[in-house]
Amino acid sequence: MTLRQPPLAAVHEASGATLTEFGGWEMPVEFDSIRTEHEAVRESVGRFDVSHMGQITVTGPDALRLTNRLVTNDVSDLDPGESNYAALTDDRGVMLDDTVVYRPPGDWSVDADYLVVPNAGHDAETAERWLDHREAWGLDATVENQTESFAMVALQGSDAEDLLSGETDADLDELGRFESAVATVAGVETLVSRTGYTGEPGYELISAWDEAETVWSALECQPCGLGARDTLRLEMGFLLSGQDFDPEDDPRNPYEANIDFAVDLDSEFVGRDALEGVDVEGPDEELRGVELVDRGVPREGYAVTTPDGDHLGTITSGTMSPTLGTGIGLAYLPVDRVDPGDTARVEVRGEPKKARITTTPFLDR
Amino acid sequence: MSFDVPDDLRFLDSHEWARVDDDTARIGISDFAQDELGDVVFVDLPDEGEAVAAGEDFGVVESIKAVSDVYAPVSGTVTAVNDDLVDAPELINEDPYGDGWLIEVEVSDDAELDDLLSPDEYGEQIA
Repeated sequence: MTLRQPPLAAVHEASGATLTEFGGWEMPVEFDSIRTEHEAVRESVGRFDVSHMGQITVTGPDALRLTNRLVTNDVSDLDPGESNYAALTDDRGVMLDDTVVYRPPGDWSVDADYLVVPNAGHDAETAERWLDHREAWGLDATVENQTESFAMVALQGSDAEDLLSGETDADLDELGRFESAVATVAGVETLVSRTGYTGEPGYELISAWDEAETVWSALECQPCGLGARDTLRLEMGFLLSGQDFDPEDDPRNPYEANIDFAVDLDSEFVGRDALEGVDVEGPDEELRGVELVDRGVPREGYAVTTPDGDHLGTITSGTMSPTLGTGIGLAYLPVDRVDPGDTARVEVRGEPKKARITTTPFLDR
Repeated sequence: MSFDVPDDLRFLDSHEWARVDDDTARIGISDFAQDELGDVVFVDLPDEGEAVAAGEDFGVVESIKAVSDVYAPVSGTVTAVNDDLVDAPELINEDPYGDGWLIEVEVSDDAELDDLLSPDEYGEQIA
């Protein structure tokens, strides 16, 4: 299979970045070192090419109705320039993906009543889902997969505002979390959104595919790859679609995944009725943090057990936290058997290592 | 990018090096290997007195992104372990042929050294 290339592929190659396959895309995993990149974002600012994220535009009289019935959060109260986080669930309430739904400001040159941003490799199926349901429900909306029309650059860290303010006419002071504005960045029309996946303040910048290099080059700071993106999101306990939940390999609902804040049961979405029961009963398992007390690194697939060795769950994502200097991971654990603060074990290559169950995020931010 | 390949070492094609002094071999991973792994965050090494066998794994070096077995260039008994790596595994990145060494073994069969790659041969492999 030919890998999809981001618009900045040539720039990354010239920079000597190490590339990797992710969600069908060939993306930079490391520019300098994961630790260097991670620290830049935690301490100052870093830039990421996230053009592998999908962009689905939904337009027309029924754009809201269609979109609101396909995501767990209520998008009907979004004003232009607002967005929210949501899951996509099937009729069993199983998460297919997670997404940010934007209601773009009216002055964007792109015709889009709503912009849905699914994860890498999920763009085609997301567009198809919108189209299938549009037909099934007889709704009037135009749905377009514009993933390869847009570049997306994430600028993350406490110095992101300073850096971006020198290159944009956007009023960044006025931009709250999950708010967006249309502005120029380095002269290029950009949807500037105060969102991110690192736990730091920052922006995600959506502009035309062909303008990617202009935006990227203007925002001169540490380039960061998917390696640091993963350690940064893991320290915050943010989910990675396909890794921490997967409709085939590890079907989970939003309550298990601890994102019930993104579920609005007053909204009539696919999966709502199944989730209503979970909301009342509570999930049997919940995603918890697992922090190693002993030295070692929890990795995907490692068993989490009680101190006596009884199986509790399996690590879905794990790494050495560059900020904390300890091994951290996520695991779905039975709520009636484990509480945050409990001691547990992680089996690292057959050796039980002492660990502590925590809530997430691992970092206070 | 070019990597340091000191000319007083012998190499395994899996990127471990051995520096032999009388009947003792100091073992580590190459500059190329540490760069491929990235930030090393954890090592799991044998204890003194344990036996290692040429071509077989004797421990693990973990970076943020990967877990990698390390293989013994020669057979022998472990006589020293680099304890500094417990608190400072990053020494492997900073000084792979010096302070970032892994273990020392008492070589049991000198003839095995002939099977290792010369610096030139190893340099060609990673070129």
